[in-house]
Amino acid sequence: MSAAIEASAAGKRFGRAWALRDCTLSVPQGRVVGLVGTNGAGKSTLLHLAVGLLRPTEGHLTVLGERPGNDARQLGRVGFLAQDVPLYSGLTVDDHLRIGAALNPAWDGTVARARVDRAGLDRRQRTGGLSGGQRAQLALALAIGKRPELLILDEPVASLDPLARREFLADLMELAADGLSIVLSSHLLEDVERICDHVIVLAAGQVRVAGDVDELLASHKVLTGVRRHADLPADQTVIRQRHSERQSTLLVRTARPVLDPSWTVSDVGLEELVLAYMATPPPVTDVVPGLRSVS
Amino acid sequence: MSPYRQLVHQVRQALLLGLLRQGDQLPTVKEVVASVAINPNTVLKAYRELEFEGLVEGRPGVGTFVTRSLADSSLAAHAALRKDLKGWLAKARRAGLDDASIAALFESTFRAGPNEGVA
Repeated sequence: MSAAIEASAAGKRFGRAWALRDCTLSVPQGRVVGLVGTNGAGKSTLLHLAVGLLRPTEGHLTVLGERPGNDARQLGRVGFLAQDVPLYSGLTVDDHLRIGAALNPAWDGTVARARVDRAGLDRRQRTGGLSGGQRAQLALALAIGKRPELLILDEPVASLDPLARREFLADLMELAADGLSIVLSSHLLEDVERICDHVIVLAAGQVRVAGDVDELLASHKVLTGVRRHADLPADQTVIRQRHSERQSTLLVRTARPVLDPSWTVSDVGLEELVLAYMATPPPVTDVVPGLRSVS
Repeated sequence: MSPYRQLVHQVRQALLLGLLRQGDQLPTVKEVVASVAINPNTVLKAYRELEFEGLVEGRPGVGTFVTRSLADSSLAAHAALRKDLKGWLAKARRAGLDDASIAALFESTFRAGPNEGVA
């Protein structure tokens, strides 16, 4: 089975500025992928490359084994919810469903209508009068009506109240349980921890770390001990270090158990791990070979 | 607590309290994710852990079922003990303890173990 997203040294330049550079990753299908990073880290650029709204300036990127946006059939395999939930405010919910049916060859009106009804939307209402949560539900219904194999969402819950957010995420997880691959960007690390089993951390236009959550948590440890200059074996890489007057705290990536008894070793939570990678500047050279291509 | 630990804990708790009994069916993965919005693989992992502990059994195409109850004959004593505990809690509140103090007092007494318990 081809990867949901496969990128090889992909980059996108706007004018003289690189929004994304040297992006190499392989996201397996059947995952719920969290794409995280600070504003301007390149999240939307990567998502827009994946849905074919942008073309890479350099390198290659395939989605479900094909070039994004190559033809109508490929477009039909990928659903996309843009950040601003674009709907036609003067048109009704029903109008949107009709547009979906007219524009998508593999449209499933039953599925789309069922979602709209379940969300309690009045199909005769103009979308301009819908709440943020209702707009998101309609956009999701339209994206799912396409019967996509991969659903890509750019900060889908950023504007929703907590209850609408929970309902929206529960719906997404139901779709994931049916085998839909999902990639979403989010600033809400708490959500990412609940719903994602694979994460990609971007910082300054570069992939800092990517992989299955279980593997990332198993391969990172927090070491605490008497303050010192960290002198670690070659296969242990310091991701972040903090030194107080007496104590040193390190987050390290290691394939093997840490044996040095002078360190107290503890597990790391996903939020802490993600924040550490978000905060550290990208290495000048790739100091950890293979770090960025987790397959 | 991670969502995964939380799930395992909740099922174990329900078994201990007799809320889940042998033969009961656990909710399907889809039902769980639809109600609490967590990753389906997390639910699968938690169910596998429970299966490994011999508490539940997955029957392909049917569902996941409780194979062993953790609540034993002591369950009969629960009602009376709960009543005593409620009385004790009321007494503690009258004495001015807030929830945090009550939890701390219980925890420290419990942790102190049988050696220092009331004889």
